[in-house]
Amino acid sequence: MSPLADPVVVVVGAGPAGVRAAEVLVRAGLRPVVLDEAERPGGQVYRQPPAAATGLRFDTYGFERRKAHAIHGVLVDHGAGIDYRPRTLVWNVFERRLDLLTPQGHAELHFDRLLLATGAMDRVVPFPGWTLPGVYTLGGAQIALKSQGIAIGRRVAFVGAGPLLPLVTHQYAKAGVPVVASLDATPFGTKVAQLPGLLASAATAAKGLWYVGRNAARGVGVRHGIRALRVEGEQRVEALAWRDASGAEHRVACDAVGASFGLRVEAQLADLAGCRFAYAPDARQWLPERTAEGRTTVPGVYLAGDGARIGGADVAELQGRRTALALLEDLGHAVDAPEAAQLDRALARQARFRRALDAAYPFPSHLLDGVADDEVVCRCEGITAGALRRAAREKDVREVNRTKALTRVGMGRCQGRVCGEAAAELLARACGMDLGEVGRLRAQPPVKPIPIVASTA
Amino acid sequence: MTERVRADVAIVGGGIAGCAAAVALRAAGMTVVLLEKQLCGAGASGVNFGGVRQQGRDLAELPLARRGRAIWEGLNERVSDDVEFVASGHLKLARSDADMAQLEAYAAAAAEFGLRLELLGRDAVRKSAPWVGPGVVGGSLCAEDGHANPRVVGPAYARLARRMGADVREHAEVASAARADDGFVTTTAQLEVRSRFLVNCAGVAAGTIAGWFGERAPVRPIVPNMVVTEPLPFLVDRSLGVCGGGVYLRQIARGNVIFGGGDGWADAECRRSRPLTRTTLGAMREALALVPALEGCHVIRTWTGIDGEMPDVIPVIGFSSTTPDLVHAFGFSGHGFQLGPVMGEIVAELVTQGRSASPLEPFAIERFIEPAVAPGTAVATEP
Amino acid sequence: MGAAGVVHDDSRAAHGRASLEGQGRMAGLLQRAIDRSAPAVVLTIDGEPVQARAGDLLITAVLLHRTALRSFEFGPGARAGFCWMGACQDCWVRLADGRRVRACSTTVEPGMAVLIEGEPAG
Repeated sequence: MSPLADPVVVVVGAGPAGVRAAEVLVRAGLRPVVLDEAERPGGQVYRQPPAAATGLRFDTYGFERRKAHAIHGVLVDHGAGIDYRPRTLVWNVFERRLDLLTPQGHAELHFDRLLLATGAMDRVVPFPGWTLPGVYTLGGAQIALKSQGIAIGRRVAFVGAGPLLPLVTHQYAKAGVPVVASLDATPFGTKVAQLPGLLASAATAAKGLWYVGRNAARGVGVRHGIRALRVEGEQRVEALAWRDASGAEHRVACDAVGASFGLRVEAQLADLAGCRFAYAPDARQWLPERTAEGRTTVPGVYLAGDGARIGGADVAELQGRRTALALLEDLGHAVDAPEAAQLDRALARQARFRRALDAAYPFPSHLLDGVADDEVVCRCEGITAGALRRAAREKDVREVNRTKALTRVGMGRCQGRVCGEAAAELLARACGMDLGEVGRLRAQPPVKPIPIVASTA
Repeated sequence: MTERVRADVAIVGGGIAGCAAAVALRAAGMTVVLLEKQLCGAGASGVNFGGVRQQGRDLAELPLARRGRAIWEGLNERVSDDVEFVASGHLKLARSDADMAQLEAYAAAAAEFGLRLELLGRDAVRKSAPWVGPGVVGGSLCAEDGHANPRVVGPAYARLARRMGADVREHAEVASAARADDGFVTTTAQLEVRSRFLVNCAGVAAGTIAGWFGERAPVRPIVPNMVVTEPLPFLVDRSLGVCGGGVYLRQIARGNVIFGGGDGWADAECRRSRPLTRTTLGAMREALALVPALEGCHVIRTWTGIDGEMPDVIPVIGFSSTTPDLVHAFGFSGHGFQLGPVMGEIVAELVTQGRSASPLEPFAIERFIEPAVAPGTAVATEP
Repeated sequence: MGAAGVVHDDSRAAHGRASLEGQGRMAGLLQRAIDRSAPAVVLTIDGEPVQARAGDLLITAVLLHRTALRSFEFGPGARAGFCWMGACQDCWVRLADGRRVRACSTTVEPGMAVLIEGEPAG
């Protein structure tokens, strides 16, 4: 690629990856555009309350408060040096153009270089009662508390398959909300086995153990190895029932459940930008291909953070910086080799920790083995597992986009964000195929709903 | 290792026309191999607007569309699936006096073919469709027209063809086809098919195939740019079109409103296509003008596909002009959905009887033969 | 758009009610775990005035007083949001002025008129 005079460099996402990338870019003399769907920077992990939500005295970020405030401060510190555009949804990428929905309406933005830092969302597995009012994702339960001081109920149960579970349990308990159950669908044994690897990032491991300890001290110990779960209730959540590793049945009365099982990448824009994807068996999802430095298969398009592969906030910051350096190098800037090398070493250390963490919390795919035919898989459209299986059996369906065309799964407002992975898992099981063989739902613009309006901006 | 297959008929293209032809040919006792480059029904057959429409067609198409309309009535039972056909009526809207005159002229002409259209003036159209926008001055209603779900029809026909014993091969892109011995040899990367007859239902690629047999068929790629909303309370009980064809809109029972108008983008090889935002936003404006209640409702998805259009905007149907036993059925120019089922019957008639019960002269491929200029002929010039 | 024509089971959640003056114990789905002082914001839900605080997201404002945001289009039951981060698209609500907004990414404004069971005027 030839050097450009005054290139338009656009960063999508203002979480840790996007913000650190923008910081490196502005330090190099550019004025990056940062497009943020939210009203204030921080992404989801360092999400801030709305500006008008004064008086929220809450230790929102716990151990991470310094990191969170640092991220929030970057855009403030650089002021007009960064062209920060909040409340701006990027709903399409085509060639070198972004389609935007801004508070003023539709707009387009041409870019020379694009860095996507679009983050992740909770990974969902359907279970009986999961669409009842009062059931939220585990991440959603945390966001409610962080950004609003709101608890999802008065007697809350949590179900998870990752380090988020003990953290949210601790945060709710600390806020004085009774947590009647904290259930981990992954085994206890994997955490023990991965302890050496987890200690590669001793500080993080220590924090995790601290949450676990605090929870235990409060009597809300995490129970591991959950085999099946069920939410009961007529119009809203009334109880959570589950089967534990030994086969015993349990039930607690509650009025809200926060449940999700790991995270999934939000990579729709990478798909629309033409990036090639590959199935990653360790992540059990399709991921956009990305070099260690953040380059994709599309020249001029870069990826950083959880939107490319789940790595957590610290990895996202490091990747944001490292990818911005790669972007600058491709623009013809001189490379700060020591800085790049230092980032590469930090990322390598993090990678060891992440591998151990992923192995400590393997995706609980056993929860998909017992999904009943009448269980809703696509909550937008109300499509059941039985409909998916019928399509596999009777309609020669062997691929998820074909499944979508013939059953409507993934055709709702969320465009498969919530149901896509579970639908692929169920289809693979119904066809006796490997998960990686049934494909992935292709992104179609707009990546989120956009209003029909009389005039364009 | 090439697999060698023999059949009476080889069909190139697994859209509705090709799959329906496979069904009809099997019913006539012919052995059939169908070669589809991706998945049956996933091409233009699967991405179009879904209008099951006689009104507005070129008069030459009306006999075929009238014949085809009867097939839609019993289609669910025929293909053992729910194709979601609704005889909602097709309301073609006039937005000017000139439009209205056009509708009146067409209604008179279409009556000759047995198509009954009801003309509605400004007040009548509002009584019939109270949700219609202020710019509408009238309309023409074809009560027996309607719409269906294009995504399911092609696959349903493909499954029926398989059940009836057709050898349907997907992910089988045709690389070559030529006369050989007493028939044809058609190849894909893995297959060599020998057949007595060859049917060219290959959509936008059909012109290339015609070219292999020395025939000119200028198929132009067109890219329908489709838009769908979130589910909305049911309001629009007619399938809508306008004079000039710039926008079309329908609402399904589940509540989503589907509309389109204008072109998306396709690459030069016609392998990839994408909606164009300019087109999508334009279609939104047009849709709002037709149905003002859509204001503030959300579009949740857009999609495209690639269809083939002929210069005179009617298909090529009939025998090859150069090669015996080669039947063409392509170039449906953005309005092939309703004709798909009847094309199956027509292709089968051509193959088994050498002629069709439907009048096909206007669709002859010969119409694209460029007149040859003999050497030495004086060419007229401007004085 | 006009009257809902989609047929579905008519069972509805027993929505809690909270009067404007007496905050008391609001019988909604959510609760304020961490109280905060902020100017009161009055909005209406199906015409009934309820109170929220400046900086509340609409999902908070509504579900402090109710147990659902909308009814499900394709079957019985209701929806009350799911992911809180604008991804799942479950928390869309209709406003009386015709707007549809995503409750988890919309901050409550004074005078907002949310429709859960009611129809828009006109």
